[in-house]
Amino acid sequence: MIKTLARSIRQYKRATIATPLLVTGEVLFEVLIPFGTASLIDQVKAGAPLPALLTSGALLALMALISLAFGAAAGLACSKASVGFSRNLRIDMFHAIQTFDFATIDRFSNSSLVTRLTTDVQNVQMAFMMIIRTAIRAPLMIIFSFTMAYIMGGWLSFIFLAVTPILGISLFAIIRYVHPIFKRIFHRYDRLNESAGENLAAIRVVKSYVREDYEIQKFETAAEEVRRDFTRVERVMALNAPIMNFCWYAVMVFVIGVGSYAIIDTRGALIDVGQFSSLISYGIQILMSLMMLSMVFALVTIAEEGANRIAEVLTTDSEIKSPENARTEVPDGSIDFEDVGFCYGEDGEREALSDIDLHIKSGETIGIIGSTGSAKSSLVQLIPRLYDASRGTVRVGGVDVRDYDVEALRDGVAMVLQKNVLFSGTIAENLRWGNANATDEEVREAARLAQADEFIQGFADGYDHYIEQGGTNVSGGQKQRLCIARALLKRPKILILDDSTSAVDTKTDKLIRMGLKDFLPETTKIIIAQRTSSVEDAERIIVMDGGRISGIGTHDELLRDNEIYREVYLSQNKQSHDEHADGLNDQEVSADGRN
Amino acid sequence: MAATDSTQTSATETTQGAPAARRRSGGGLKTAARVLKMLLGFYPVLLPAVIVAIVFNAIVQAVPNIFMERVLTIVQDNWQLGEWDPVAAAVLGNVTLLVIFYVLGLASNAFWQQAMAIITQGSLKKFRTAMFDHMQTLPVRYFDTHLHGDIMSYYTNDIDAMRQMISQSLPMLLLTGLIMSSVVGIMLFYSIPMAIVVILGAVVMAWATRVLGGRSASNFMRQQKAVAALEGHVAEAMDGEKVIKVFNHEREAEIDFDRINAEWETAARIANSYANTLMPILLNMGNLLYVIVAVAAGIFLTLGVPNLSISGLPLTIAVAVPFLNMTKQFAGQIGQISNQINAMVMGLAGAGRIFELLDEEPEQDSGYVTLVNMAVEDGELVESEERTGLWAWKHVHQADGSVDYVPLRGDVRMEHVDFGYVPDHMVLHDVSVYAKPGQKIAFVGATGAGKTTITNLINRFYDIEDGKIRYDGININKIRKSDLRRSLGVVLQDVSLFTGTVMDNIRYGKLDATDDECIRAAKLTGADEFIQRLPEGYNTLLTDNGTQISQGQRQLISIARAAVADPPAMILDEATSSIDTRTEAIVQKGMDALMQGRTTFVIAHRLSTVRNADAIIVLDHGRVIERGTHDELIAQRGYYYQLYTGAFELE
Repeated sequence: MIKTLARSIRQYKRATIATPLLVTGEVLFEVLIPFGTASLIDQVKAGAPLPALLTSGALLALMALISLAFGAAAGLACSKASVGFSRNLRIDMFHAIQTFDFATIDRFSNSSLVTRLTTDVQNVQMAFMMIIRTAIRAPLMIIFSFTMAYIMGGWLSFIFLAVTPILGISLFAIIRYVHPIFKRIFHRYDRLNESAGENLAAIRVVKSYVREDYEIQKFETAAEEVRRDFTRVERVMALNAPIMNFCWYAVMVFVIGVGSYAIIDTRGALIDVGQFSSLISYGIQILMSLMMLSMVFALVTIAEEGANRIAEVLTTDSEIKSPENARTEVPDGSIDFEDVGFCYGEDGEREALSDIDLHIKSGETIGIIGSTGSAKSSLVQLIPRLYDASRGTVRVGGVDVRDYDVEALRDGVAMVLQKNVLFSGTIAENLRWGNANATDEEVREAARLAQADEFIQGFADGYDHYIEQGGTNVSGGQKQRLCIARALLKRPKILILDDSTSAVDTKTDKLIRMGLKDFLPETTKIIIAQRTSSVEDAERIIVMDGGRISGIGTHDELLRDNEIYREVYLSQNKQSHDEHADGLNDQEVSADGRN
Repeated sequence: MAATDSTQTSATETTQGAPAARRRSGGGLKTAARVLKMLLGFYPVLLPAVIVAIVFNAIVQAVPNIFMERVLTIVQDNWQLGEWDPVAAAVLGNVTLLVIFYVLGLASNAFWQQAMAIITQGSLKKFRTAMFDHMQTLPVRYFDTHLHGDIMSYYTNDIDAMRQMISQSLPMLLLTGLIMSSVVGIMLFYSIPMAIVVILGAVVMAWATRVLGGRSASNFMRQQKAVAALEGHVAEAMDGEKVIKVFNHEREAEIDFDRINAEWETAARIANSYANTLMPILLNMGNLLYVIVAVAAGIFLTLGVPNLSISGLPLTIAVAVPFLNMTKQFAGQIGQISNQINAMVMGLAGAGRIFELLDEEPEQDSGYVTLVNMAVEDGELVESEERTGLWAWKHVHQADGSVDYVPLRGDVRMEHVDFGYVPDHMVLHDVSVYAKPGQKIAFVGATGAGKTTITNLINRFYDIEDGKIRYDGININKIRKSDLRRSLGVVLQDVSLFTGTVMDNIRYGKLDATDDECIRAAKLTGADEFIQRLPEGYNTLLTDNGTQISQGQRQLISIARAAVADPPAMILDEATSSIDTRTEAIVQKGMDALMQGRTTFVIAHRLSTVRNADAIIVLDHGRVIERGTHDELIAQRGYYYQLYTGAFELE
């Protein structure tokens, strides 16, 4: 894991290596200061002349300034290294995700990928910063301070050795004890917040059912649990300060009591008054460094999991890749499924699609109908190789989809996904996803065809109308039409509309279909729909049921032979069969007849 | 239990106390005072005890310098003797006193640290529940006009910022402030000129902290903005990842991301540079100060400058050494303060926002007509505690206190209603709608025509501007809101499910419903079939608003939930929009059964759902333009006819 992540340091290697070196310089000079002040005090005590005093003072000041320079430089290098490392991690992850296939994206899930790219990276960055700076500084500080203390105070300095394990062990023990509990209760804390969010989203339901008190009770119970858990952990954490103080006080008492004895007993040979206070300074530094070290430990523990999750993204290989000597041209829009079976995930227990044998001619218009969960989407997603069939072969233009260059295949097959997404940016920018080099006229033509031009012109800034993140400022039907226009700009060999006109009214829906027929006669068109009216005029209609093809045929054939199709059709057109005095359906039928 | 009560009172206090002062709550001092007052209200005994302990703790941390001076004086006077015994008593006496102080200090420190852990978490819980409780009382308008993300950040960011403030910043600032003043006192006690040197140095350090710290704060804000932009972009990209792939747009996505990521890097690097250099600068300025004080002491000592002090003691090496320690202590506190001030500012900002929520005006309800169950006893209708299925409005007349029972029939009339969500922009104009008991009334019209608005008015999510709405002849303003809403089952297009099992979610409609009742409701509404097929049936756990089942299935559950509630009247707002047409045919039967005998308002864009309504109201831009049965409206060949033939888009 460390190796994988370390690869992202790259151009920040110099800053990463420089940081500990600079820190070493900082510590070295910092440690010398109390030593210098000790001799300064001794000079004072000995009644040294003023110039000598000033010289030592200046020397000390210089040391402080050098230490400051090293420290500041270390701070800068550390920022550069850690922020840069974090940036590279994000780049590497984002780019890795771009190579993921749909199945891999499903496996990770959107929200988990977002967490990995944000929170996890942040924690790792924090830990990285601690490792290259504090984790170097603190032990150096302890070693140097102890050395200096020993030089000055001899055996008196052993008090630090005695206190260090007490403090060290208790601090680490606290973290070891607290961390797993924290992880668990943070989870609970998240759930508490989630439940507040859930209540917020459901406020109309809460109020409609007059469940305010019930919700308050629920929240109160959860909040009380969180309080109890957190109080328990925080009380353990709150032991930190008294333990630290205890050690600090022990050092003070020892140094003052035993130190006095030592000075008097040895007539200042072991230690003198000036060194006395320096000894205490070293004591503080050692204790503080231990405290810092325990913090590093805590942060690294927190980041570890995130680091593992990041490494998982970086080391995941996509299954769907272009083969060598791949075909880069889709010859035509014919599609063949030969004994295809497909299941999501690896366990392969339940097939989403089974026994699919299907041959579609280039330029044909195919309708697909079936209830939710009948695997309509799964079927068409195999065509542009969004997923690979688990069994059998899918051919486009007579060639196995696995032999194509993936990009070429997807250029040839345009798909409007059921879950439509527009991106923040202008309408024109969004449409040009289909073809970056499309002229304004081409963009408009595609929009006209998708029956979107009219409402786009209705916006004050037309094609420059800005789409908000998530496309929240256009209606569902408008969004669907924009997505169709975007796909049309690709001028594909195969066009797949996966329930892409569900929010569009029947008349516009029809206009779109008629346009496609005239404008893209060569293109194979596959239309998944809920309404039978959307597929009625297709050359063939496929009825899906539970992952299998239940029937293929024209509208009339299916109406006669396929029970599911008939049922769907009747439920949507009950009126026209129950009641004859309904002019409007006659009109529709005759319109159909003309087409 | 007492703790819970104090939450309640403080929450009501704040809501009544300061609606007018809402916008002014930005004042940091005012917010701080309010936080302290609330904390004191939560812990009237423990908090003062903590403060006493902190004061004691601060003194204990400052006074050892005195003992040190005493011991050093003894040592200095006797070190050439080389004999321990004569001085032992004096030294050990002082050391013993020191130990006693330390033990007391340790005890006080341990006490307040523990107590603060309790206070912090206890107060946070009270703040949380106060917010949540208050949130339940707010009108729907509040939720419509505030972004959910913003409200959620009260519970997350703002509470977290307050946690930092209460548990760390407040006690630390108090402690360091006290230590610093004690240390200054002791310094003045020993030597005024030396104290002035230290204080001057400290002023320079404080100034450096402010300059650097201030810049780091503004850079920090810039970094936060860059982080938000980056996270927004990441969320959008991940959400659209499949579209990116379908369009072979990976390279472009990478370029966009790399750009925003680089922008973040610049902002973050600057912010981190300031933050990372602040500590070494402060530390070494402390060191410089130390050197300056040492040199100054040397100068004073060698030149024999007469000492000016409160104690009248001369400046000796025994004074100089503890002085240097105090300098170190003093400089260290400045770093502490600079750390805490940022947290304090953020905590107060968070508290200010939380108070804003707590100060929001709750939903007003002056209704007094209540909904009760009736039972037939000895041939007479009497009020019943149990659920009898017979409902009546209990109308206690305000004039004479006499009680009327009006049987609930489900007769809803809107008369000449005008309404706008904002004062100047009317959404409904002179709308009159009549629903006779048991009728199914359908609203049809384009987006923004005002269909949902009408239902919002019937259950009083919003109050009307002009006109009247009567329910069984009673003005709905007189009906207690909770009872009005209990009489209306609502199924909305955006289904909200709660974390819990499918069974829990259905039972939400009637909390004391048995499993059997829930299953019966599911069967009635056609939800049973798919629930049975779920891995754990009715015990399948739903989380995240039920993302693991399809939108149509979620609608089925929400319909079952309404069915188990068995309300006298119903509002169905696009209740079946996402159910595929084949399933809908099944659901329709259940829905018809559900609507049987109840007054029902239906909004649907699928005209198949609307067709068999007793009356169809066609709305356009907030006005009723057509009304009648399906056949009548088709015969009219008006707007409805056009809608029906698909000339307009309905969403």
